[in-house]
Amino acid sequence: MAERRTRTIRTATLARVEGEGAMRVRIEAGQVTEVALDIYEPPRFFEAFLRGRDFAEAIDITSRICGICPVAYQMSAVTAMESLCGVEVDGQLRALRRLLYCGEWIESHALHIFMLHAPDFLGYAGAVEMARDHPTIVADALKLKKAGNEVMRVIGGREVHPINLRVGGLHRVPTKAELATLVEGLERARELALGAVTLTASLDFPDYAQDFELVSLAQPGEYPIDRGRVVSDAGLDIAAPDYMTHFVESHVPWSHALHSQRADGSTYVVGPLARFANSYDELTALAREAAAGVGLRSPERNPFRSIVVRSVELVHAVDEALSLIAAYEEPDAPALEVTPRAGVGHGVSEAPRGLLYHRYEVDEAGSILDAVIIPPTSQNQTAIEADLRGVVEQSLDLPDAELSVRCEQTIRNYDPCISCATHFLKLDVERL
Amino acid sequence: MRLIGVGNRWRGDDAAGLVVAAAVAARRPAGVEVVEHRGEPIELIEACEGARTVWIVDAVCSGGAPGTVHRLDASVEPLLAELFGVSTHRLGPAEALELARALGRLPARVIVYGIEAKEFEPGHPLSAPVALAAARLADVLVDEFALVSQAG
Repeated sequence: MAERRTRTIRTATLARVEGEGAMRVRIEAGQVTEVALDIYEPPRFFEAFLRGRDFAEAIDITSRICGICPVAYQMSAVTAMESLCGVEVDGQLRALRRLLYCGEWIESHALHIFMLHAPDFLGYAGAVEMARDHPTIVADALKLKKAGNEVMRVIGGREVHPINLRVGGLHRVPTKAELATLVEGLERARELALGAVTLTASLDFPDYAQDFELVSLAQPGEYPIDRGRVVSDAGLDIAAPDYMTHFVESHVPWSHALHSQRADGSTYVVGPLARFANSYDELTALAREAAAGVGLRSPERNPFRSIVVRSVELVHAVDEALSLIAAYEEPDAPALEVTPRAGVGHGVSEAPRGLLYHRYEVDEAGSILDAVIIPPTSQNQTAIEADLRGVVEQSLDLPDAELSVRCEQTIRNYDPCISCATHFLKLDVERL
Repeated sequence: MRLIGVGNRWRGDDAAGLVVAAAVAARRPAGVEVVEHRGEPIELIEACEGARTVWIVDAVCSGGAPGTVHRLDASVEPLLAELFGVSTHRLGPAEALELARALGRLPARVIVYGIEAKEFEPGHPLSAPVALAAARLADVLVDEFALVSQAG
């Protein structure tokens, strides 16, 4: 649109994201001159108040950063502490942790796909409005989420902020009989997840492609969830301790969340698109069939299609959870003995939204001297703003109201968790 | 008939709904099932199911004087989300009930009592005005159950 006027598209409080933020886009004479994802949720100082706490406490303290992905925080923290102490938890104890993490993926992905993101594609203000016309979609979402909740409850002790992980293993291991109670719900959830792939693939997607480096964990023989090396589609392949030499964080004036970039200043993306690109072959056969069945190929470069990729990951998480339960044997002890030692520990895991890095410096008595937590949403902020710019540039003919909706949808492609990112949404489009 | 007390026992006045539920349960009113609930929205929808009339008691925070009791009929109109607090991390009780209504899963009658809270400090007991309001509301509820029972 060849127009001279200034347009400001502004959303003061973004809905259907976790946490508080705003967005502002300024368009002058048909050119996008400013894009800002303003994360105004107050800083939370988790890294500061971890200092002086015992190394074993980081799991339950950092869990409180997020009510949607507490297991991610627990797992990155626990792997950091265990690597520092020279312990690796394997076998059935690791299987239980991975199962717990699958529960979180199921809960989180079901919530985002159906309740937070689907309304954008189907033209509703939110899940409640969508439920009036599409009750089955929402009812299925609730069943899926419940299946995830149940996994969290049985392994983690409760659905939100589970309390059963500890350095070295778990506090209590479930019996085979307890895990068996999950099977029926998960089998139903697997059918619903397959339905989600078909449903989401049938949505209309804006034509948009991004070209950022796709960064995720990867490990041969498994889809990246609880551990792995940090890899990318551009050939990066490093161990967790090298993370901070390859990625840098910086402050921008308009956000309480730090922005992450590659050390060379380039933009990268974490989350479902990255995992799907880097570890497609490690999805379960059923998840790969579901992707192939709807024509989804790896890599997928359209962030709007991340809703389909998330649905495929939902199939994977449910499918893998069932396999882990089928193979479960009660371990002899719920945890390995772990003695603290002085040094620096690094932990990485794949939160539903993407790679979550923790680094702790601990003294010989086990006290935390320093903590660094880099959540997926801060890592994706630069990409989100770049997408906003790209999407607005190709949608300038849309009226402000529709452009605003499109911008919010763009942000929700990332399932941003602002509460996690504050150190971190409202929409503000300015057209000059 | 079912009474659902919603809250967190360890967060000061947030325990108000649980305290009311416990006080009512101790009186064993005939034909009333008493449930204590943490407020997780999907579970709250499920907790409402199967009963014809449901009473929900929760702490609210709308700026009113602590201990003020609001009575709302959710079967007639949506609750004000602002009254029950809006969480960006999950649906609040008001949104959960709207979702249940949209899905046709809301019981025929849903009465919601909200007690204005004073403070939510971790580990604190109920504040004095909220404790008093909770005790009085338990009496009111027991009378209300008796009336509904008589009306059949």
